[in-house]
Amino acid sequence: MSDLLTSVPEDKPMSLMPDEVVFRRGLAGRHLRGRVWKIFFMMAIVLALLSLVALFLNVVNSAAGLIVVQYNIDPAEVVPNGDLAAATAEQLAAGIVEYEPNRALVLIRDNLSSVPVDQFSASTMSQILGTHLYPESAADKTPRDLEPEERAAILAQNLSVDVMKQFISDDIIGLNVLETHSLFESIFDRAAIEEHFAAEFDPATTRLEFRLWLRPSFLTSGQSSDPVLAGIRTALIGTIWIVAITVLVAFPIGVGAAIYLEEYAAAFGNINTRFGRFMQWFNRFIETNVRNLAGVPSIIYGLLGLAIFVRAAAEFTSGRFVGVTDSNGRTIISASLTMALLILPVIIINAQEAIRAVQSSIREASYGLGATKWQTIWNQVLPAAMPGILTGTILGMSRAIGETAPLVIVGASTATFLDPNGPFSSFTALPIQIYQWTARPQAEFRAIAAAAIIVLLVLLLLLNATAILLRQYFRRKLQT
Amino acid sequence: MTENGAHAFELQGVNIYYGSKMAVNDVNLMIPRQKITAFIGPSGCGKSTVLRSLNRMNDLIPGARVQGGVFFGGQDLYAENVDPVEVRRRIGMVFQKPNPFPKSIYDNVAYGPRLLGVRGKAVLDEIVERSLKGAFLWDEVRGDLKKSGLALSGGQQQRLCIARTIAVEPEVILMDEPASALDPIATQAIEELMKVLVQQFTIVIVTHNMQQAQRVSDYTAFYSIRKKEEQGGVENRWGILAEYAPTERLFTNPASEETERYIRGEFG
Ligand SMILES: Nc1ncnc2c1ncn2[C@@H]1O[C@H](COP(=O)(O)OP(=O)(O)O)[C@@H](O)[C@H]1O
Ligand SMILES: [Mg+2]
Repeated sequence: MSDLLTSVPEDKPMSLMPDEVVFRRGLAGRHLRGRVWKIFFMMAIVLALLSLVALFLNVVNSAAGLIVVQYNIDPAEVVPNGDLAAATAEQLAAGIVEYEPNRALVLIRDNLSSVPVDQFSASTMSQILGTHLYPESAADKTPRDLEPEERAAILAQNLSVDVMKQFISDDIIGLNVLETHSLFESIFDRAAIEEHFAAEFDPATTRLEFRLWLRPSFLTSGQSSDPVLAGIRTALIGTIWIVAITVLVAFPIGVGAAIYLEEYAAAFGNINTRFGRFMQWFNRFIETNVRNLAGVPSIIYGLLGLAIFVRAAAEFTSGRFVGVTDSNGRTIISASLTMALLILPVIIINAQEAIRAVQSSIREASYGLGATKWQTIWNQVLPAAMPGILTGTILGMSRAIGETAPLVIVGASTATFLDPNGPFSSFTALPIQIYQWTARPQAEFRAIAAAAIIVLLVLLLLLNATAILLRQYFRRKLQT
Repeated sequence: MTENGAHAFELQGVNIYYGSKMAVNDVNLMIPRQKITAFIGPSGCGKSTVLRSLNRMNDLIPGARVQGGVFFGGQDLYAENVDPVEVRRRIGMVFQKPNPFPKSIYDNVAYGPRLLGVRGKAVLDEIVERSLKGAFLWDEVRGDLKKSGLALSGGQQQRLCIARTIAVEPEVILMDEPASALDPIATQAIEELMKVLVQQFTIVIVTHNMQQAQRVSDYTAFYSIRKKEEQGGVENRWGILAEYAPTERLFTNPASEETERYIRGEFG
């Protein structure tokens, strides 16, 4: 037995592997290194999650909280529930006429009158209002003779709610936010805030209320210099216009470019000829540069858009060629085309990768049945690549929604009170609006900036969710 | 050139290149109509390459190039005025790995006819039924033509691919190792199907399996590899057509010793 054991090493070559002891020591070290890396990776995830939570809490913290407000007249007496932002045109007009019957006439004179100021009080309403709407009974009366109901009807039918809200807020209620508290302060430190309020403020003219800055009327109100009344309707509509046109332009061009690069350019150059080799080199050159373009800072695209779309193509982007007269090149279409340029590389690269990932066996099967190249692309390649193409498009869209710098350069307005009504309108957009509000010193503006940020994030999430659903739909269609 | 009646294909001094590399050299071959012709030979000898040159499938590979004459019914397939789309519609192909489209069984079969502009539900229904029956698949799927082609078993998928091919009524079906990914029972089904299809179509099949070639084919082409040492120790290999004869004769009485060694299984 022992003979057998000692005889083994003789015909077996000496082992070059570490012996038992060295192996065990080394093994412990190898496992340890693995564990250290694992902890490092876990920390990275934890850190990322923490920053996300911090960002979220920070935004939510600002978007609601206790405020101290001061009134000349209790808003609840002017409009139902005292909720000015949610009131209808009729309610607002009735409030104005009840508290400021003469100022109501001033509003008509300043906003609706088509006769010279010095003839205003002597003219009849039909002369003053011209084509504006008014009750029949008011037609032959002078302004002074109007019944309160008639004044209210004229205001309600012709004046925008935003103008009336502003008027009520400034001139009737005199609403004034004196102090703003954050959400967490309001929840956890409520007693201290109440104590402070009781000590510092007069309960007869001021009040401590809880305010949700993000409220339905925040979405439906236009711009205002008063944070209590300000909303993001104009900016939201601007953003939706811009993103819609951007995608409409960038999607077909981006997918088209990807199809060309993947399906045509690759087969274009016959590598057996000098010209073919040149074409292959040229296509690789284009591809590399598309990739580089994806990394170009967005401000550069802004400058490009300014030079090309705003300036050089002003005739088109201002809409003069279709008869729009009141704009320069700083329009929605300029912003959209600039954004389209910006997200084009993202769409192209993702679409290229998706097209390249389509199995060649599917292509061969199609060609083998006598399909032309285009039939194969349209019937087989594009449906199979669609999930990936959509992923890229959504990435691009998300980028277009959040980009600010190019919009500033291309000329988003800082104060637009009119909603954009088409590609040739001047515009503002959500990120621009947020940027402006955060730059203001008052705490209330930071609060509505936070509310706008939440809207922007929700919009992003909605878009991404839509994209994921669409992608699932196409995937399922491919599998079943 | 011989009379067109008996031969579907005639290959004259065909060389095929991938880029600057020669894959097959000087193939001369006449493939008879409505017979099954098998291509056998060791891996890498160019069987698939030659097969794919018969319906210009090689055009899809950048840098692939065919020299010499490939005639189909007397027409040079690589002539200037020949459209490869038309060639492939008349000379269909079934691939090694079953590759149904990610669509329903119905849409798989109707795909080819639709490409040609056939519309109308009644006509397409008729084509689908006839093709599936022709591929011995009808009885298994008739209840659920909406089911995805990918949900079928491997053997059924391959028969679906055959149904899809015969739906456009080609003259020739090229098959590149159609049964190599299938189990023995599915393989047998395909072989039996081929024997029926040959009454209507000319079939050319690449196979790795010599028993299969013996069982199904009327003619067999045996390809082999030639090598040459280039300077710098680089070895150059290309395929040649070593022997071509009626299957019966090639397997019982091969003309060359190389063929004999191959069919005895001495290399492969
Ligand atoms: N797409 C291709 N590109 C370059 N070389 C190829 C390609 N397809 C095949 N070849 C080469 O051509 C030769 C023949 O291949 P193939 O026809 O597939 O052989 P077989 O089907 O007999 O196994 C092999 O040397 C192979 O490497
Ligand atoms: Mg092969």
